[in-house]
Amino acid sequence: MSATQSAELTHTAPQTGEHGGTAHEKVPKGQGTEGGVLNVFSNAFLVLWVVMAAGPLVWVMVNSLRDSGAIEGDPFGWPTSLSFENFTNAWSEANIGQYALNSAIVLAGSLPGTMLLGSMAAYVIARYAFPGNRVIYLLFAGGMMFPIILAVVPLFFVMDNFGLLDTRQGLMLAYIAYSLPFTTFFMTAFFRTLPGSVAEAATIDGASHTRTFFQIMLPMAKPGLISIGIFNFLGQWNQFFLPLALNSEHEDRALLTQGLAELSVSQGYEGDWGALFAGLSIAMVPILVVYMVFQRQVQQGLTAGAVK
Amino acid sequence: MANDVRTVERKPTDTAPRKEEGTPLGDYPLYAAAFFLPPRLTPERVKNNRRYRALDTYRFICWFLLIPLVIYAIFVISPFLQAFYYSLTDWTGYSSDFAFVGLDNYARLLDDSTFWASMRNSLLLLVAAPVVTLGLGLFFAFMLQAGGRHKKNEAISGVRGAKFYKVVYFFPQVISVAIIGVVWAAMYDPITGPLNGILRAAGLGSLAQNWLADPKLALGSVLFVLCWMFIGFYVVLFSAAMGSIPKDIYEAALLDGASRPTTFFRVTLPLIWDTVQTGWIYMGIQALDAFAIVHIMTINKGGPGQSTLVTPVFLYKKAFDVGQAGYATAVGVVLLLVTMVFAAIMMLLSRRERIEY
Repeated sequence: MSATQSAELTHTAPQTGEHGGTAHEKVPKGQGTEGGVLNVFSNAFLVLWVVMAAGPLVWVMVNSLRDSGAIEGDPFGWPTSLSFENFTNAWSEANIGQYALNSAIVLAGSLPGTMLLGSMAAYVIARYAFPGNRVIYLLFAGGMMFPIILAVVPLFFVMDNFGLLDTRQGLMLAYIAYSLPFTTFFMTAFFRTLPGSVAEAATIDGASHTRTFFQIMLPMAKPGLISIGIFNFLGQWNQFFLPLALNSEHEDRALLTQGLAELSVSQGYEGDWGALFAGLSIAMVPILVVYMVFQRQVQQGLTAGAVK
Repeated sequence: MANDVRTVERKPTDTAPRKEEGTPLGDYPLYAAAFFLPPRLTPERVKNNRRYRALDTYRFICWFLLIPLVIYAIFVISPFLQAFYYSLTDWTGYSSDFAFVGLDNYARLLDDSTFWASMRNSLLLLVAAPVVTLGLGLFFAFMLQAGGRHKKNEAISGVRGAKFYKVVYFFPQVISVAIIGVVWAAMYDPITGPLNGILRAAGLGSLAQNWLADPKLALGSVLFVLCWMFIGFYVVLFSAAMGSIPKDIYEAALLDGASRPTTFFRVTLPLIWDTVQTGWIYMGIQALDAFAIVHIMTINKGGPGQSTLVTPVFLYKKAFDVGQAGYATAVGVVLLLVTMVFAAIMMLLSRRERIEY
């Protein structure tokens, strides 16, 4: 599917949510579709998958409030008393707080960097004719095709040579570099859809190219920036492979995803299930809450983002 | 001088400009300087030249592309190209000296049973994961878009609470794959895990399994988590695609007396085929990767034995655990090749005329 189509998809998606939101409407009786048994079965399956999709997450959250000893005896109990000891343990002793901060710091550099550099390249590719335009576009678009895993060994030594291994700046640059292909691809398609007359008017009024970009075109591209911003935010926040390969030397600089994987291993020795579940909850509840508030934008951002 | 230039510019016959006019040889350093200066600091003499607009545009293009391209070239393109070269060497990764060994690494791959075991697992996931994920995704999406009872003026409608389902199904997609790996490792835990807990509670204690420690079940357990992660994504994607199909097509199908399965196979599926095809390739690539969940969830990262070892994990172990960086990059090249072949086959197999609506 081409980029313009995926952009269309983004725009048409809002309609689709509406058919589902009609549960309160009166259903005329006796007008059921054929295959009543099938219908019951299908609906039961829908409910079953709700349990499947949310069940493990709810189970983790409930258990994060329970005592480690109790969890081992019975995986399904309810918390007998609300104690937040697990959370304080996970936050300070298992270093989840530090890991979350590390992730936040890296993201604070990589996300704005990705958005800015990606938009800059995309804008030039989309709206200027120059020799090599097509080549540069294909260079970026081609980057979406190949797996990071192939590049990881040489990348490790490139980082090492630049002294960027096990540093936050290095991770930021790697995140930006590997987010650029899709960001540029998506934003190029987006900038092409914007009317050129506005930019022309700005030029006639004497605005420089740079000014036209920052003050006219970038604000006009806000819907696209939001979609790709959500895509990059979740992708970079959840990134596991790059930090594992490029940032595993200093334990105190580990990111949240690394910290959780580590906690899962150490929990095996110490049997501190409570702290593990609390750590998992700390990592996933904020993301889930944000998702539920902005669920339409997140769904659109991710699905528009994935269909290349 | 400046006046002259403007006069020249106004001439309508200026389509083929005489090269040197307005740019005396001595001005070239000035132009070079202007290229590296912001517009506001450009020397007046350059600004008044009729070719200034082109210079301004190219200066803008170059400066805007410079940083993204440099970062991209250093961290993405150069490692990618180096990988092909290193795959022909016996580089350990520990020291900087290595020898060119030609295709030795590839020959070694052919005889490496561990590699083949990993490839077998990867290909199994490549085939099974898209079938399960896209199949269930299509089923759920169709239910949410067209599974409901017919309401008064609507030929087709989703089930009650479709919006709610879509929100919940998408949960796994927003949380990190690292979290998913840890959560499911806990779910599968034979003693404290709820999976066996449910079986025991239902009186099926004999079915309780050592999910990740049994070589026969481990890969299936990984496959399930892989599908679990992505189904919500495809439900949302396919719902959006189905939602953009015009309602009157469904009305016509309904008038012709089409049942729901017929409607699905004859109307919905052909109309969203493009999306399904893209989704298939995307899911296949995700399944070929499957690095994080195997690395986090399974015993010894790919065990027990080699039962869940997938090719990316094999590559990672070769590169970073045993110091065979050259060999590992050869594995990477083969993996890339498999990905390409898979994508090409899928494109060719599912090629059909695009239906416009």
